[in-house]
Amino acid sequence: MIIENLTVRFGSFTAVENLTLEIPPGSVVGLVGESGSGKSTVAKAICGLVRYEGRMSGVDPKRVQLVFQDPYASLNPRMTVGASVEEGLSALPRGRRKDEVERLLSLVSLPPEFAGRYPRELSGGQRQRVAIARALGARPELLVADEITSALDVSVQGAVLNLIRGLQAELGLSMLFISHNLAVVRYVSDVVAVMHRGRLVEIGPAERVVGAPEHAYTRELLAAVPRLRH
Amino acid sequence: MRQLLRTPTGVIGLALVAATVILAIVGPPIWGEAAETIDAGAALQGASAEHLLGTDNLGRDILARVLAATRFSLLLAVLATVIGVGLGLLLGVLPSVLPRRAARLVTGAVNALVAFPALLLAMFTAVVSGLGARGAVLGIGMAIAPGFARLTQTLAASVAGADYVAAARLLGVPRWKIATRHVLPNIAEPVILNVTAVLGTGLVAMAGMSFLGLGVQPPEYDWGRLLNEGFGRIYLDPVVALGPAAAIILAGLGFNMVGEALAKSAARTSASAGPVSAAEVAPDDSAPDADAVLEVKDLTVTFPGGVTPVRGISLTLAPGEIVGLVGESGSGKSLSAFAIGGLVPYPGTVTSGRLRLNGTELTELGQAKRRKLLGTSMAMVFQDPMASLNPALTVGGQLAEVATVHQGAKRSAAWARAVDRLKHVRIPDPEKRARQHPHEFSGGMRQRAVIAIGLMGSPKLIIADEPTTALDVTVQRQILKLLREVSADTGAAALFISHDIAVVSELCHRVVVMYAGRIVEELPVSELAGGAAHPYTKALVASLPDLDTDKGEPLAAIPGTQPAPAEAGTGCAFAARCALADQRCGERPPLKEFGKAHTVACWHAGTVEIEVATR
Ligand SMILES: Nc1ncnc2c1ncn2[C@@H]1O[C@H](COP(=O)(O)OP(=O)(O)OP(=O)(O)O)[C@@H](O)[C@H]1O
Ligand code: SF4
Ligand SMILES: [Mg+2]
Repeated sequence: MIIENLTVRFGSFTAVENLTLEIPPGSVVGLVGESGSGKSTVAKAICGLVRYEGRMSGVDPKRVQLVFQDPYASLNPRMTVGASVEEGLSALPRGRRKDEVERLLSLVSLPPEFAGRYPRELSGGQRQRVAIARALGARPELLVADEITSALDVSVQGAVLNLIRGLQAELGLSMLFISHNLAVVRYVSDVVAVMHRGRLVEIGPAERVVGAPEHAYTRELLAAVPRLRH
Repeated sequence: MRQLLRTPTGVIGLALVAATVILAIVGPPIWGEAAETIDAGAALQGASAEHLLGTDNLGRDILARVLAATRFSLLLAVLATVIGVGLGLLLGVLPSVLPRRAARLVTGAVNALVAFPALLLAMFTAVVSGLGARGAVLGIGMAIAPGFARLTQTLAASVAGADYVAAARLLGVPRWKIATRHVLPNIAEPVILNVTAVLGTGLVAMAGMSFLGLGVQPPEYDWGRLLNEGFGRIYLDPVVALGPAAAIILAGLGFNMVGEALAKSAARTSASAGPVSAAEVAPDDSAPDADAVLEVKDLTVTFPGGVTPVRGISLTLAPGEIVGLVGESGSGKSLSAFAIGGLVPYPGTVTSGRLRLNGTELTELGQAKRRKLLGTSMAMVFQDPMASLNPALTVGGQLAEVATVHQGAKRSAAWARAVDRLKHVRIPDPEKRARQHPHEFSGGMRQRAVIAIGLMGSPKLIIADEPTTALDVTVQRQILKLLREVSADTGAAALFISHDIAVVSELCHRVVVMYAGRIVEELPVSELAGGAAHPYTKALVASLPDLDTDKGEPLAAIPGTQPAPAEAGTGCAFAARCALADQRCGERPPLKEFGKAHTVACWHAGTVEIEVATR
């Protein structure tokens, strides 16, 4: 997908300004930046959920899926987990949907019994895994992942990141991976883009951005990454 | 229903509604004949022992007519409501289903209709469709529809903006399915509540139409018609008009009151505190720790059906100490914090052998005292600061409220303290910011404001549940620094809940690891990176990616899943995922001392030392 001159305004406030970004087929582009820098707005624009100016080309808009940041808002409280995941499976014959739901749940390491549960019975992390399963079910061409691991435990985060990389290699999935955690972004992405106040301030190969940051803000982000004390 | 009976409004409303419905059922068979009996000799009488409310121009008993008219009056109101609500729902949901332009057209039409006086609309419709009961019902229905459509639209719009509707749209779910599956079920509750109130309004409006002569025509009669007939004589015999008028007002009021009480109780259930009991666990006999800020023993949280997400955890916090509580999502971290704060949602129950805050056993206090103590000596900070802030009030006002409510401070003093606390949490320009609303704050500033609310009292304990998860790293760093400073300045102890073990290692003195509702390891933070003894803790440390992690290798991850609270068996809950598991792990390992200030619950944690009683 190629994004050119993307600008998003909410009233008089400009959330994203003149952003140009390419997500080459089969690659993962990481997007980092502080809260309110416009990362989630970029995600919503790509998915056509907000009005924007600029051009997007290269991917069928119908084959873009988004995994949301807030696991408490992204599942319908009145629908079972199974019914939510099944929403993306309309292409499959009815008889096969149940098995597919089970397969998707096990992909995100949830037991099959969870299909009958309601979101309120799940913890935040468990809900997020359901949302990922739902998006994967639609076999997207471009997956936009907006802070999908920030609500997950590290023990599961590893599995989800491994899973996402595996799926990407297997299906040639392109991905925009948004996170505030530079260590995570570096691990999954080929290219890292840094956003600050609605603008792109730095973009380059992941190792280069992390190893030799050029912009002062990138250096600030790097210094703030929490590390295990040794 | 039980909630409804708790308020006087609810009780009175329910009684009135019940009386109306009973009269509607039994009225016509009992008084129907008397109401139709013509007695020319007794025409136009005032109140008497024989005719309590007098008689009409044909000598019929007005009391009997009022009672018998209940059924017809209620029926007409119900019909009008059905028409109005049905039409309103349709118009209200359409915009979230139609394409953008058509949606705007419907919204515009509804807005225009809402602006049009309802009574005129009702009269116009009634006259156009012919005088009589049918026309009036249609007219009232038409008058109800725009307001109800507006209500539905507002509710539907807030649901339509939710992430799960966006997700469904991205998945290509058809519009009508989005309406029936996502929008309607999630607005059903407030809509039903409103129907009750609308019914009351419809009843009064219907009577109004008949009173004006636009509704029920003789020989049929409803309350409005009776009022109309009696009205001419109001100066001579006020009682003949008062009977029907009272019936209209009481019935209308009844439905409105029930509607209001329902709406209030619905708003309350979502915020009610859970019951607290100490019945099942024997109080601990050992001497309480006099210095501890918080001392918890055998804290258990149970939900009906044998679901026990928190199973007998014990925890002690010294003044100024910051303890990190880490663990997989669903391990019971938040519920433990809720239990300490008395916030476990209904129908959960909390039991504890000991729950002492600053030397006071909380379970021995009454609800009000307990809430007051928690309100002044404990501060809670949650992941979503908006959940703790009222969007309609200024930030300063919310802070000041704590001081006026809990500490009985004067308003000006409370405001000054609020500004001072905002300054304390490093909010720039606190005087100006205090007058702003939460939505004018950034995420990090909102979290600071929530911490400031906690600092309005003199907290001895701060419980922070994932306070920085929603924030980016730079802001996260500032908030952590603030928490550390606050704890150092005030000597408050802090329980810091997080699934991010790296953050915990930077902030805390001590780390408590939870798994499947139990504490499995407790260790000084310096031991975390190299000295963790429980296989789960070790895996947690290993699975953390950092800036030098080899991208060619898969990340370390723990296979399998944590058992659900209902399924944690009798053995070690980690066994299914543990590489070291053997036969012995079929029995649950107790929490044992492992080193200095270090306890572990694992059979294979290393050399076994003195056993510490855990129960
Ligand atoms: N109201 C409830 N009814 C039934 N089970 C519940 C309820 N609330 C929570 N649970 C269950 O209790 C367990 C612990 O939940 P809790 O919210 O304490 O987890 P947590 O450790 O805070 O997780 P997270 O890191 O995801 O916030 C979970 O398995 C959850 O499904
Ligand atoms: S007790 Fe056994 S199963 Fe449990 S963590 Fe220790 S070795 Fe693993
Ligand atoms: Mg939690």
